[in-house]
Amino acid sequence: METKLVKSIREAVQLSGLKDGMTVSFHHHLRNGDFVLNMVMEEIAALGLKDIFVNASSLFDVHTPMLQHIENHVVTGISADYISGGLGRPISQGIMDKPVQFRTHGGRPSDISLGRTPIDVAFIAAPTADPMGNCSGKYGKSACGSLGYAFADAMYAKKVVVITDNLVQYPLQDFSISEDYVDYVVCVDAIGDPKGIVSGTTQITRDPVGLVMADLAAKVIEASGLLKDGFSFQTGAGGASLAAASFLKDIMLKKGIQGSFGLGGITGYLVDMLHAGCFRSLLDVQCFDLKAVESIRSDPRHQEISAMHYASPSSRSAAVDSLDVVILGATEIDTDFNVNVHTDSNGYIMGGSGGHSDTAAGAKLAMIIAPMFRARLPIVTDRVTCISTPGRDIDVLVTQGGIAVNPKNVELKQRLTAAGLPVVDMQALKEKAERITGKPNRLPKGDRAVAEVIYRDGTLLDTIYNVK
Amino acid sequence: MEITKCAAAGTMESSDAYVEIEPCENALVVELQSVVQAQFGDAIEATVRQVLSECGVKAAKVRVVDRGALECVIRARVETAAMRGKGEA
Repeated sequence: METKLVKSIREAVQLSGLKDGMTVSFHHHLRNGDFVLNMVMEEIAALGLKDIFVNASSLFDVHTPMLQHIENHVVTGISADYISGGLGRPISQGIMDKPVQFRTHGGRPSDISLGRTPIDVAFIAAPTADPMGNCSGKYGKSACGSLGYAFADAMYAKKVVVITDNLVQYPLQDFSISEDYVDYVVCVDAIGDPKGIVSGTTQITRDPVGLVMADLAAKVIEASGLLKDGFSFQTGAGGASLAAASFLKDIMLKKGIQGSFGLGGITGYLVDMLHAGCFRSLLDVQCFDLKAVESIRSDPRHQEISAMHYASPSSRSAAVDSLDVVILGATEIDTDFNVNVHTDSNGYIMGGSGGHSDTAAGAKLAMIIAPMFRARLPIVTDRVTCISTPGRDIDVLVTQGGIAVNPKNVELKQRLTAAGLPVVDMQALKEKAERITGKPNRLPKGDRAVAEVIYRDGTLLDTIYNVK
Repeated sequence: MEITKCAAAGTMESSDAYVEIEPCENALVVELQSVVQAQFGDAIEATVRQVLSECGVKAAKVRVVDRGALECVIRARVETAAMRGKGEA
């Protein structure tokens, strides 16, 4: 039997037929430990290709060698759902001629599947694969758990290259992505650094302000009317969000509530909730820590889902559509409840929507948890620097100084007030914070677009300008 | 009152400020570095000068590295540095 094994990444790039002006894609489950994107881009540059568009589900600080490829016009376009500060800052300073396109974890696979963002060659970092391309993230020295974001790339790219550092005999058992999508397989020494792939443990905050917010967040969920048998839940990996999950777990156990599913990027805390009987299953598009990786490998209740299944608005249905409560973060939120998670307070790109706007749109209760101010900067502003998630999808903001409910959600406000929770007006919360911090000067807006924020339905939501 | 020696107060932790003060003849020089320069730079410099004036410091070189401290924190750090520079604390 002829296999798809080729000797090197360079050979795979050559065989794929990649040419100037084409699009390559990458997924980010190896996070800040990823070697694959840099190895592939180095070969693409060495082959003298130019004007390549990079469609990556996320870009991390480990990917800063891209700056060189941008400078040399090897890379002239980028789409990503999240870009950390290492690349975000130079992009904000204007290194790209064309604005970067930000999508969401649901919008990206949606746009790929609808043919809006065609991919010529997808490169899949696979912690385990067989010579025909069946692959999995659950096994191997570089195990990352779920490969959720890579499914759309595998299914829709014209050519698919699987890159692994753990080649096993055909057929791989318990594969995630199957051979029928794969053109070439390359085995390399290492696809990533395990230390950067998953955190050893994700930690609950010990900051007293964070714990106050987390306690309030759990009480808001309890009072919302949604916390009953069948309850479904997503939370981020931030310290305060995890603390909120931990308080929520106590409430669920005390009241004997069995939820249906925990969703999203999965941490050990959600695995603990599964084991404690808080949920019947976990739906996992990405593992954040070792405990989650171990769980998805060994527990059939912990299931891998694709990004389309997770959050795509053009799927027949997505898990976010069945979600009751999501806890999300914010760098800024304005008095209309619009949320910014793309830029920092000085306007530099340092993040992105990820699944923020997808889950906010799907969940019955979308909660933002944030302190009234970080260092001296108030969280509540008149207008966010960048709209990452529109205010119509946000129900409530929880801070240590009170809970602001979106006026459109009349019932929630009544329920929280009846439960004796400290409900405050958004404007009053803003003024309360500014009495402590002072009123910040507005930043001057740049004159050049450096990024477009594309909403999950493919429409332009906002534009990010350069920082002067 | 006169600043007679080099002194410092505060830390480089987030939400704090580190203030150094040293003798300087006939001039009050304030040098500010802040993570919230664009939003609060002017306000911080005004606070620093006001506290120095309240402490009776007319001549000194003051360097403030601000990590997003609230005004009350900046006041406390500047006052402490000034007192130490005068040999009072």
